[in-house]
Amino acid sequence: MADRIMLLVPELVLLMGAVICAVAGLAHNSAIRRRVGLVAAAFLAAAGICAVVLHDPQRGAAAGAMMPSIALYVKVMTAGIGILLVLAAGGLVDRRYERAIDTGTDQFDPLRSSNGEFHALALLSLAGLMLICGARDLIWLFLALELASLPTYVMVAISRWSRVGQEAAMKYFFLGALSSALMLYGFALLYAATGTLVLTDMANHLQVAAMAGSVPILAQVGLLLAIFGLCYKLAAAPMHLYAADVYQGAASAVTAFLAFVPKSAGIVALISLLTVVGWEGGLPPMIEMALWVVAVLTMVLGNIGALLQSSAKRMLGYSSIAHSGYLLIGVIAGGTMGLTAVMLYLVIYGISNTAAFSVLASLRNDDGEVDDVDELAGLLRRSPMSAAAMAIACGSLLGLPPLLGFWGKLALLIAGIQAGQLVLVVIAVVTSAISAWYYLRLACAGLLGEPTPRSESVTTVRRWPLAVAVITAAAAVAGPLLLAPLSASAQQAVSDGQPPLMLPSGDPSDPSA
Amino acid sequence: MSPWIAMLLPLAGAAVIPAVRASAARWIALWTSLAVLVVTIILAIGYGQWGTAMDGARSSVPWLTWLGISLDLGADPVAMLLVLLTALLVPLCAWQSFTAIMSRRREYYAWLLVLETAMLGVFLARDLVLFYVCFELTLVPMFFLIAIYGGANRMRAGIKFFIYTFTGSLIALAGLLWVAWRFSTMNGGWSFAIDDLVTFGATSLGGSEQAWVLLALLAGFAVKIPVFPLHTWLPLAHTEAPTAGSVLLAGVLLKLGTFGIYRFILPMLPEAVIVWAPTIAVLAIVGIIYAALICWVQDDMKKLVAYSSVSHLGFCVLGLVALNPIGLEGAVLYMLNHGLSTGALFFLVGMMYERYHTRDMRQIGGLAKVMPIWGGFMLFFVLSSVGLPGLNGFISEFMCLIGTFAADSSARQWPGVLGPWYAAVAATGMVLAAMYLLIMTGKVVFGPLREPEADRGELPVDLSWREIGVLTPLAALCIWIGVQPTVLIDAMEGAVVDTLGAYPSLVEELAVPPGVADAVVEEEMNLHG
Repeated sequence: MADRIMLLVPELVLLMGAVICAVAGLAHNSAIRRRVGLVAAAFLAAAGICAVVLHDPQRGAAAGAMMPSIALYVKVMTAGIGILLVLAAGGLVDRRYERAIDTGTDQFDPLRSSNGEFHALALLSLAGLMLICGARDLIWLFLALELASLPTYVMVAISRWSRVGQEAAMKYFFLGALSSALMLYGFALLYAATGTLVLTDMANHLQVAAMAGSVPILAQVGLLLAIFGLCYKLAAAPMHLYAADVYQGAASAVTAFLAFVPKSAGIVALISLLTVVGWEGGLPPMIEMALWVVAVLTMVLGNIGALLQSSAKRMLGYSSIAHSGYLLIGVIAGGTMGLTAVMLYLVIYGISNTAAFSVLASLRNDDGEVDDVDELAGLLRRSPMSAAAMAIACGSLLGLPPLLGFWGKLALLIAGIQAGQLVLVVIAVVTSAISAWYYLRLACAGLLGEPTPRSESVTTVRRWPLAVAVITAAAAVAGPLLLAPLSASAQQAVSDGQPPLMLPSGDPSDPSA
Repeated sequence: MSPWIAMLLPLAGAAVIPAVRASAARWIALWTSLAVLVVTIILAIGYGQWGTAMDGARSSVPWLTWLGISLDLGADPVAMLLVLLTALLVPLCAWQSFTAIMSRRREYYAWLLVLETAMLGVFLARDLVLFYVCFELTLVPMFFLIAIYGGANRMRAGIKFFIYTFTGSLIALAGLLWVAWRFSTMNGGWSFAIDDLVTFGATSLGGSEQAWVLLALLAGFAVKIPVFPLHTWLPLAHTEAPTAGSVLLAGVLLKLGTFGIYRFILPMLPEAVIVWAPTIAVLAIVGIIYAALICWVQDDMKKLVAYSSVSHLGFCVLGLVALNPIGLEGAVLYMLNHGLSTGALFFLVGMMYERYHTRDMRQIGGLAKVMPIWGGFMLFFVLSSVGLPGLNGFISEFMCLIGTFAADSSARQWPGVLGPWYAAVAATGMVLAAMYLLIMTGKVVFGPLREPEADRGELPVDLSWREIGVLTPLAALCIWIGVQPTVLIDAMEGAVVDTLGAYPSLVEELAVPPGVADAVVEEEMNLHG
């Protein structure tokens, strides 16, 4: 028991942090309220350190986790990018209210303040992401996934006091509930087919079945439904339709959060689920076909959708859909190479995407959120840092060497080719080429565009998001230097991803038996 | 001396530039690129591999070992020559830009230096991933040079250039990754070393597989060169780019495509090359003639020189697929000569444009009366470009055509798949080149004086000492190569013969009709059985 608790220390630290943030946000002293974001970041850092210090793969395996080594990588990634995401949202919530209090036109009322809750919810969601990678059974997996997603619905709603924000939150919530139901139904069918909820037992059961003939159809349908449910978290087609509206409706800093946390949660959960059937003998044809179609649709619709946008947030929203498609190539490829590539890509995508959204979050115009690509025109003169950061982020998302994004995409393409998924690789290449058009447009708006009266009103007022943008952009440039250790740890994380195969008696493939 | 110094020095210069005053940026760019030139000359002097097929200046740093990716530099003689060309052109470009670029100067010179690093990296890389990274990295600085400092249509030109080349090279990447994957399955581990992959491709890939890889690679390299149907980005990009951008685009960036063919396609995919060489040659010839005819009707001088690049590079491609040493040596020499002559022509057009702010040949004429030095240089480089014997252009063009002519399947030592007909049709391109370039010279340099409103700024009427200094080294090299081409040809001989080593036997094998081959095998079986 104590061992299991030790596994969960990082999550427990985050839960503590969530409580403290929620309380600190209600303090009458405005200096404390203003530092809630830093408190949240500190707890994330502590959680990351705990994950490293207390890491022990034996313990994870003993506790029955499906992929014991992946926990360290995912937790450190969650903590690291989580800090950036929380800081990017610094000063976002309650901005007007706090200003009104500062100028004395309003009184502080704990009931009207939501800054503390916002950070608490962010920490809860990140804790959910961390929990997924330790999942032992389907209940745990489901609860962890919901813990990662539920807080984000509220975060969307309180990030912007406007109708767009409310509409986005409602859409996000209802469709999210639908997808969760779908996933849960899939889980139920998996239970019906195998008679167990524990992932490792289920893996044994299904692999014995696979060797005897084929995976039971009930289990396949269950997996299929679960995958479609997870597609919602990934914002993968055909469950991607909410993404553009929700990403546009939420404040940019929250959009950065949405584009990373639920997506990572979905990918890690997907990998855990697919490990149950395993990649060694090939995924069951129906599952592979489904994933294949989803990947192709996601890449094509994401990139073409982004081409048509004039809103920077929608464009980046569609681009994040497209990136789910690229990630799915690695998931389909599987094996050490495929999963390493996926893990690597998650971090790289997280950094580049956070950079792009942080630039948007650092800007504001007369109505608040900067949204149109044209509003970025001439940004270079007013804020060279943000324009450069945006260009670097776009280059990295596009996969332009030598920026970080290129190496992630390279790893995914190699994994795809190795798995014999040549058609997927070609589609990824062609859609990447298409994406050059809109990333270039976004990057050029800031660097080369002629300022218009409308874009002149845009100012950089938010210091924290700008700092995050500069840090992440610098990471996208300098990151390749650290690629060797990063890929080594990603490889380490997935190296024991295959479930232990415990056959009842002997090896059926052994002719001497 | 380590090739890393040459490659990273410009990057260091670019990193310093943002910290200095705008007016000092140009000096940093000039001195850094001159330092790079000195370093490469020292490298070339200490380079013991001239005339051999070996790589010199090797330096390798292991990196992503689980994928077999290392940071591996080195140069065979051909690459070394192109490194020298690059190192020569960049300081001249920086120097020429002193008066041409007056706004956003720091960025300009920083991008110029980043571009130099990327170009040197392409020629020096001995690792596939490093090659690709540098190949793509050239896009970014060139895009900004066009899109910030170009003419009225610069944005469109920049984006078109970027998208065309980015798309092409992504497809090439897929092809190269395929070869790397096949290597890993056969050898049990990944390697991205160019030597490994090239040897593997030539020996272990089947004919149809080679053909697919060839098409993928051509998508990347043919766009860069550019080969006929993929050339449409070039006139726009060249016309809109600032002078230094055009010079580097024509002088070095187009060569990345032909160099890619030399480095990858020829040694790695011999069977597919033999099958596809006639098609490539036909496209090259169509490009030669089509672009030459377009040149004939151009009024814009810069556009004329740009289209002449398409036409000229066609000869280079012909030499590459002739599959004999004369042709390939001619092609490599052509890469150098085209860099010198066309680079100089772009400089000259730019110098005139700085004075008159037009490139329209209907408005300008007889400038030799006002600018005799400029007119003299113009005449000199036009003659070099059309292939006047005694100057550099003649030898390379002649060698490419001789190579093509001799490349039929009955040739004894180096049988090929082209032949006299290809050479005969392509040679009409030489005649056309003489026509359009001399017509341009006749209109602009000689004839009645037609001078639009001049706004020279600080520039003198004729060329300044700085501008003469930019052109003189190029002119001197044109004469030297024209008189002494054997030095360069001997230097690359070993590498060229080695690259083509597999071809003669393969051509003979594949040129025999399949039915006959079966009969021969059957006969042998009978003899032995």
